[in-house]
Amino acid sequence: MFLINCPYCGERDQIEFTCGGEAHIIRPKNPPDLSDDQWADYLFMRKNIKGVQFERWNHSNGCRRWFNVVRNTATDEIIKIYNMGESSPTIKGNEPKTPSGEPKIGSGNISTTFEKK
Amino acid sequence: MNKKPKKYSVFSLIKNAFTYHENWQPAWRSPEPKKEYDAIIIGGGGHGLTTAYYLAKNHDLKNIAVIEKGWIGGGNTGRNTTIIRSNYLWDQSAALYEHALKLWESMSQELNYNVMFSQRGVMNVAHNLHDVRELKRRWHSNRLNDIDCEWLDTNQVKKFCPIINTSQNIRYPVLGATLQRRAGTARHDAVAWGYARGADAMGVDIIQNCEVTNIIVQNGQVTGIETNKGKIKSKKIGVVAAGHSSVIANMVGIRLPLESRPLQALVSEPVKPILDTVVMSNTIHAYVSQSDKGELVIGAGTDSYTSYTQRGGFNIVEDTVTAIVELFPLFSRMKMLRHWGGIVDICPDASPIISKTHINGLFFNCGWGTGGFKATPGSGWVFAHTIANNEPHKLNEPFSINRFSSGELVDEHGAAAVAH
Amino acid sequence: MSKKISFTFDGKKYFGNEKDTLASALLRNGVFLVGRSFKYHRPRGILASGSEEPNALVQLESQGFTEPNVKATEVLLYEGLKANSQNNWPSLKFDIGSVNNFLSPFFPAGFYYKTFMWPPGLWKKYEFFIRRAAGLGKSPKENDPNEYEHVHYHCDYLIVGGGVSGMLASEILRQGSNENIKILLIDQNNELGGNFNYGTEQRIYTKGIVNGDEAYSGWIQWLKNHIKKYFNLKILNSTSVFAYMHNNYLLAIQNIDPQISPQNKTLRQRIWKIRAKKVILATGSFERPLVFDNNDRPGILLANSAKQYMEKYNLKLGKKTVIFTNNDSAYQTANFMFRTGIPIECVVDLREKINPYLQKLMDIAKIPIHFGHAITDTSGWLRIKSIKINKIDGKTNKIIGKAINIDCDNLLISGGWNPNVNLFSQSRGKLIYRDLDGCFIPQESFQNEISIGACNGTFELENIFKEAYKKLEHLINPELLFNKFYCEETTYKENIKTIWQIPSSKPLGKTKMFVDFQNDVTSKDIKLALSEGYRSIEHIKRYTTTGMATDQGKTSNVNALGIISKISNRPIEELGTTTFRLPYTPITFGAIAGRNIKDFFDLERTTPIHEWHLKRGAKFEDVGQWKRPWYYPIKNENMQKAVNREVEATRNGIGILDASTLGKIDIKGRDASEFLNRVYTNAWTKLEIGKCRYGLMLGDDGMVIDDGVTSRIGKNHYVMSTTTGNAASVMSKLEDWLQTEWPDLKVFLTSVTEQFATISINGPYSEKLLNKLCPKEDFSNNNFPHMSFKEINVLGISCRIMRISFTGEKCYEINIPSNYAKNLWEICFDLGKEYNITPYGTEAMHVLRAEKGFIIVGQETDGSVTPIDLDMSWIVSKKKYDFIGKRALFRSDTIKKGRKQLVGILTTNPDIILEEGSQIVEKITKKPMDMIGHITSSYYSPNLKRSFALGLVKGGLDKKGLKMFVPMINKNIEVEITNPVFIDPSNKRLIA
Repeated sequence: MFLINCPYCGERDQIEFTCGGEAHIIRPKNPPDLSDDQWADYLFMRKNIKGVQFERWNHSNGCRRWFNVVRNTATDEIIKIYNMGESSPTIKGNEPKTPSGEPKIGSGNISTTFEKK
Repeated sequence: MNKKPKKYSVFSLIKNAFTYHENWQPAWRSPEPKKEYDAIIIGGGGHGLTTAYYLAKNHDLKNIAVIEKGWIGGGNTGRNTTIIRSNYLWDQSAALYEHALKLWESMSQELNYNVMFSQRGVMNVAHNLHDVRELKRRWHSNRLNDIDCEWLDTNQVKKFCPIINTSQNIRYPVLGATLQRRAGTARHDAVAWGYARGADAMGVDIIQNCEVTNIIVQNGQVTGIETNKGKIKSKKIGVVAAGHSSVIANMVGIRLPLESRPLQALVSEPVKPILDTVVMSNTIHAYVSQSDKGELVIGAGTDSYTSYTQRGGFNIVEDTVTAIVELFPLFSRMKMLRHWGGIVDICPDASPIISKTHINGLFFNCGWGTGGFKATPGSGWVFAHTIANNEPHKLNEPFSINRFSSGELVDEHGAAAVAH
Repeated sequence: MSKKISFTFDGKKYFGNEKDTLASALLRNGVFLVGRSFKYHRPRGILASGSEEPNALVQLESQGFTEPNVKATEVLLYEGLKANSQNNWPSLKFDIGSVNNFLSPFFPAGFYYKTFMWPPGLWKKYEFFIRRAAGLGKSPKENDPNEYEHVHYHCDYLIVGGGVSGMLASEILRQGSNENIKILLIDQNNELGGNFNYGTEQRIYTKGIVNGDEAYSGWIQWLKNHIKKYFNLKILNSTSVFAYMHNNYLLAIQNIDPQISPQNKTLRQRIWKIRAKKVILATGSFERPLVFDNNDRPGILLANSAKQYMEKYNLKLGKKTVIFTNNDSAYQTANFMFRTGIPIECVVDLREKINPYLQKLMDIAKIPIHFGHAITDTSGWLRIKSIKINKIDGKTNKIIGKAINIDCDNLLISGGWNPNVNLFSQSRGKLIYRDLDGCFIPQESFQNEISIGACNGTFELENIFKEAYKKLEHLINPELLFNKFYCEETTYKENIKTIWQIPSSKPLGKTKMFVDFQNDVTSKDIKLALSEGYRSIEHIKRYTTTGMATDQGKTSNVNALGIISKISNRPIEELGTTTFRLPYTPITFGAIAGRNIKDFFDLERTTPIHEWHLKRGAKFEDVGQWKRPWYYPIKNENMQKAVNREVEATRNGIGILDASTLGKIDIKGRDASEFLNRVYTNAWTKLEIGKCRYGLMLGDDGMVIDDGVTSRIGKNHYVMSTTTGNAASVMSKLEDWLQTEWPDLKVFLTSVTEQFATISINGPYSEKLLNKLCPKEDFSNNNFPHMSFKEINVLGISCRIMRISFTGEKCYEINIPSNYAKNLWEICFDLGKEYNITPYGTEAMHVLRAEKGFIIVGQETDGSVTPIDLDMSWIVSKKKYDFIGKRALFRSDTIKKGRKQLVGILTTNPDIILEEGSQIVEKITKKPMDMIGHITSSYYSPNLKRSFALGLVKGGLDKKGLKMFVPMINKNIEVEITNPVFIDPSNKRLIA
C-alpha cells in the first residue's frame, strides 16, 4: 500500500486509486484501416515492463481524475507524476542490471535510484 | 553420465536408515551448462520442468537444458495454494485441465516421488442468484464433458463441509455449490522436485542460478541465449517464465497480452484436521484448504497494478481473511503464520498462451494467471509436443497467441458482473 | 508480596504472581515439561522468554475462547487462566506418539516424498493418519465471542521497541524537537525495559540540567518513568509491530488488557495501521541456541532468558545449573546467579579463555570453567539429568580426550546473538553478514528508517549510547537537548567462537542435534537435504521444514545457515538469508478482519422505498451491493405463485416496480451528442429533445458490456441509465474515455443514481394511473408517445417521466428526487388499487422482459457476445465511421459463421421448466457430448401458460424450428429453437 501523490488531492494511499495500465497507448484514429493484428496490438499487447514503467492511474475513490505515473515496477517506487496529455518525460537512471533486476537469490532486496535528465 | 536413480520406497528408507541416510544420491545433478542443446527451456518452475520431462520422455529429444535464474520451483510453483481441479467452463479449457488432472492421478507413481495429490474435493460456493446460474452452467458443461462435477444445495453443502456458515441471515448466504470430488490439493514443492528428478534421470541438465540476459535471433530463427554463465546455443527455446515472460519477450521485441501482478497467499498455524475439503468462493473472494501439515492455506486476490516486487497491499489480505472469518466464523481465533506474494502473468481472457511465435524455434508458455499450478503436468505435456513438432498439440491449439487477433478468446473470467 | 493468581495447566491448579507470564508461572511451580514436539513427540520445556519460543506451546482456554499454539512465554497470567498441553495422547508425560522418537531413523527429512506411493489407491488412507499425526493444537469449534478493531495512526517518529535503545531514542527525539512532533513508541511487553544484557553494572552519566551518575539498573528505571510524562510521546505496551510495508506503513497488534481473562472482556485485540514519517527500529536481538546432540531436553534454557526468569520473576530454576556458552553474554547470567546466591556447577566454554575482567568475576564467584570444552550429549527424558562434556581441539574443532559426565537439572546455553532484523528486512533494507560474531546486520536502508542498538548489531552499552546520538543527531536541534547521557566504557569487547554444529563422538546420523526445535529438524536432516541436491537455502528450508514452525525460525534460521555453510563449505554470505515476510509474529484472523464482519462485511445498498418493501413482506435478492425485492409473497404463496400473480397483474392491470437501483448518469456539455455517438453503437445526433433511445455499449473488443435507455433533456443535456450492477464501472469507463482519450470533448458526467429514485408503472392501465396522479397533464400516445420524455410536476415535485418499457407493456417511469420517492410510491399504490396495482420484484421483471425477448446484460451476455450475436444488428450503426467496439466486430472470429446466437427455446413438454445454465446438444451421444449452446434464462409464463426460455446457440438463427435436447442427469429434455419474442411481437401493447 504505497503512497501516490495525486496532482489534485495530494498524497493518498494506493487503495484509493485504480491503475489503468500502460500509458501513452493511443486509440487508433483509423480503425477500419487496421489489420486484425494491429487492432490486437492496440487492444491487448503490453510492454509489462519490469523496471521503469509509464502508466495511467485514476483517483477513483477521490477526485476521479486520471493522471500519468512513472513507477519502477521492480520496487513500486514512484518516480514522477504528470498530467494526462503531457508527453512521457525522459527518465535517466540505473535500470535493473539483469532482466530480472534482482540481486543475489534470496536477499529479496533491490536498490535503484533514478534521476531526471 | 547419469546413473539410473535409485528407487524410493519404504524399503529404501529402511535400508538407508541403517547407514544413517548418508548414501542417498542427489535427486538431480547440478551441472555446468554445455555449449549447445537440442532444446532449452527458460524457467525452472513446474511448467518448465514438466516441459523438459515430457520432451525427454514423449519425444526424441535428449539433449535438453532447463535454465533457472534462481532455484527450481521458486516462483509460483512454490507460492500457490495448490488447488487442482478441472471444472472449467469452456470445452477448450476443460479438455486441457482434465488432461492435466488425469496426469496428476498417476503422478506419484510415474515419478516415484510422492507429490501427495489429495483428492479431497473442491467446492465452489454460490452466494447469489447470478453465482447459482453461472456455477450451474459450469456444472452442466462439465457433466456433458465427462468431467466429474456435482451440484450441492445449501443442506448438502453443510453436510459435506459442516464448519461452513450456512446461515441464510448473513450478508452473502451460501445458496449452493459445485463439487468436483476428484479435485484437491498436492504438495507443491514435491511437484517441482519430482519432475526435476525424473527429467534429470533422462539426462536433462537443470541449471540453477543461471539468468538469461538475451535471446539470440538470426534471420528469424533463434540460435541461442546469453546468460550470466555464458552463451548457450540451441535452435529450440521454450520460454516458461510466468511473471517474467514479458521480460524475456521484450528481449526479442515481442509484446505479449500480459500484465504481471502481485498475488498473495497465507497460511495459519498448524492445527489438527478441521477442514477436509477445498472451499472456493469467487464472490466474497476466499479460497481455503488445510494442508497435510495442518496449516490452513488461504489464497488472496491480485492487486490491480503491475508489480514485480512479490508483494501486494495488505488491504487484499485483509479482505480475504475477513471473507474467511465470515464464511468460517470458528476460524476467528486462528492465526496467520506466514504470508507471501508471487507475480502472476494475467491474460485478458484469463486463459493461458501455449504457442509458437513469429520467430522460428521460439515458443511461449505463459499467461496462466492465478491458476497455473493445477495445469502443471498437462501444460508441460502439450508444450513439449509443440516444441518437438513445431506444431501445437490438439489440446493447446485454442491457446495460440493468434486468438488475440482473431478474437477467438477463451474467456474464463466467468460471466461479467450481474446486471439488471 | 504480590497477589497470587490461580491458573490450571493440564487440569492441575497452580498459583503464579501478578507479573508472571504463563511460562514464568509454570517454572515457578517447577513445571519444566510443557509440550511435545511436532514430529517425534519429544518432551519439551521452555527454551526462551519471548516471541522466539519454539517449544512451550499450549492450547489456551476452551470452547469459543480457545486458542491453539499459544506461546507460554507471550501470555500474561490472569486469574482463572486455563492452559492445556498439545500434540500428545494420552498425556503429556506418557505420549504414545513418542514412539516416533525411537522410529526416527526411518523418518528423516522428506521421508514422506519417498514412500506411501504403493498401492496407488491407498494414499487417501495414509493421508488420513498423516493428517491426524500432524498439526499441533486444535482449531476452535465455536464462534469467537470476542471482538477486534482497527485504528489508523499518523506520526512523525515511530520507535519500535521499548528497550534501552528505543527509550533512549524517544528521549533524544523528544528533547531535541519542538513539541508539535508526534512520537509513537511501541513495545511488545507490558512493561518497557527490554532485555538488555551486557554490562548492567556500568555507570551512566547525565550532563545538562540534571547532572549525576548512577548504575545502569537505576538509570533505566528512572528513564522508564520519565518518558511516560510527555503528551507528545504515545506509548503502546503489549503491542507487536508485525508488518513493515511500503512508504513507512507499519501494522501493529495490541493485546487489550492482557491481564484480564478473555471471558471478562469484549475487545481482545486492536490492529494499529501506522504511517510514520520516520521509523526508528530498536527491536533488539535474540539469543541463539547451540546445536549439539540432544540439545532439546526440558530444563535446557537460553542463558539470557534464564536470567530474565531469575531476575525479573525472582525464580530459581534448578538445583544444579550448568552454563554452556561460546561468548561473554552468558557470564552475565553466571554473575547474576552468583550475586543472588544461586549455585552453578560449572561453565562449559568453547573458547580457550575469557577476558581478565570476566575471569576475575568468575574467580571471585568460584565458578569452575571448562575452557575449550563442549557438551557432546545430554540425558534425561522428561527433564535433563546429566551432560557429557569433551575437550575439543581449538583448531580442528574435533573431540579430543574422554568424555566427562556432569549431573545437572538445568542447562543454560548461549550461542551468541542474532540481531532482530525481521522488520528491517521486511522494509526491503539490505543485510550484510558480519563474520566476527556470525550475525546478519542492516547495511543499507531502503525506506526512511534508522536501525539502532542490538538490532543493528550494536551490543555494548556504551556503543548503544554513542550510536543513538550519532544516528539521530541530524533529526534534531542539538541545542534543545537539556540532558545528555553517556555510558562508561566497558573493559572488554565482544568475543565469540562460533561452532555452528558442536562435534559429537557419535556419527552425525546417530545424533539428534536440533536446529528447529518445534519442527524437529536436526543437523543431519540439513546434511541429508544437501547430499540429495537440495542446495539452495529455500530448498533446504522447504525440504526439511526448518524455520517454518510457529516461531518462524527466530532461533533456528541463522544456525541452519551456519550448518549449511559448514557442510557445503560455502561462505554464509553467499547463501543469503531466506526472505523475511510479514507477519513478525502470528496474527489472529479475527483481528485482521476487525469490525468488517457480520453486518459490516459489505455495504448494503437499499432504495428510498426499501421500508415499504420490507413491510410488504418482500423477499430480497442481492444484486451487487443492492438489496432488491425479488418477489412479494402474500400469505403462504410460494415463489412461483407470487411471480405468476405479479406477472399477470402487470399484463392485465398495473404492475409497479422499484427501479431505483438502475445507474443514472447525467451528461452535459457542448459535445454530449458526439460523446454518445462514440460510446454507443447507434447514432444520437438526430435524437430530438424530449425523446429517449435505447443504447448498447461495447468494449473495444466488440463485446456487449452494458445497455440502457438515454433521454435527451436539452440540446446539450442527456440522462443515461445503466444496468444496476455496472453503474459504477460504466461511469468510470466513460470518465476514462473522456479524460484520457478525448480531452477535446466538452462533456461533464455526474452520477445521479442516488439522487433520483425510479418508479416504473407498467400495464394497460398505467396511463389511467398517471392521469389520476397529474390530472392536468396529457399522457396519451399523441402527447406522450413511447420513447419520449417529459419533465412534469407531480404533486408539487418536479419529476422526470420517461415513457419506456422493459416489460412490453405501456409504461411510465417516474424519476423523482429520492426523498419524495416513498411518499409517491404509496400515493401511486393507493390511486392504483382500482386497477389491481401490484408491486413486482426482479423475478417477475425477468419473466416479463424475457417474454418480450429483451436481454439482460450479464445473463444473456457473458463477455463473449456481440450485438450481432444477439440479433441486434439493427442497433449497430453502419454509417458511423467509428464507435467503441466497432473495429472488433470485423475480426475473423467475430464475423465467422456458427457463433452462438440468441434464440428462444420451448420445451416439447410445456410443463418442464429448463434449468438456467443447462446445456443444449443436437444429438444425445456418449460423453463427452458436443454442446452447441446453453440456457441463459428460463421461466414459467402465466401468459403463455407454459414454460419458455432464452438461450445462446451456435448458429441459432438458422436453427429455428429444429428439435434439440437438454440433457439432464436422469432425463433428456426435448426442446425446439424458436424466435426469442414470445409476446406481442408487433409491439401493440407497448403503444396501446
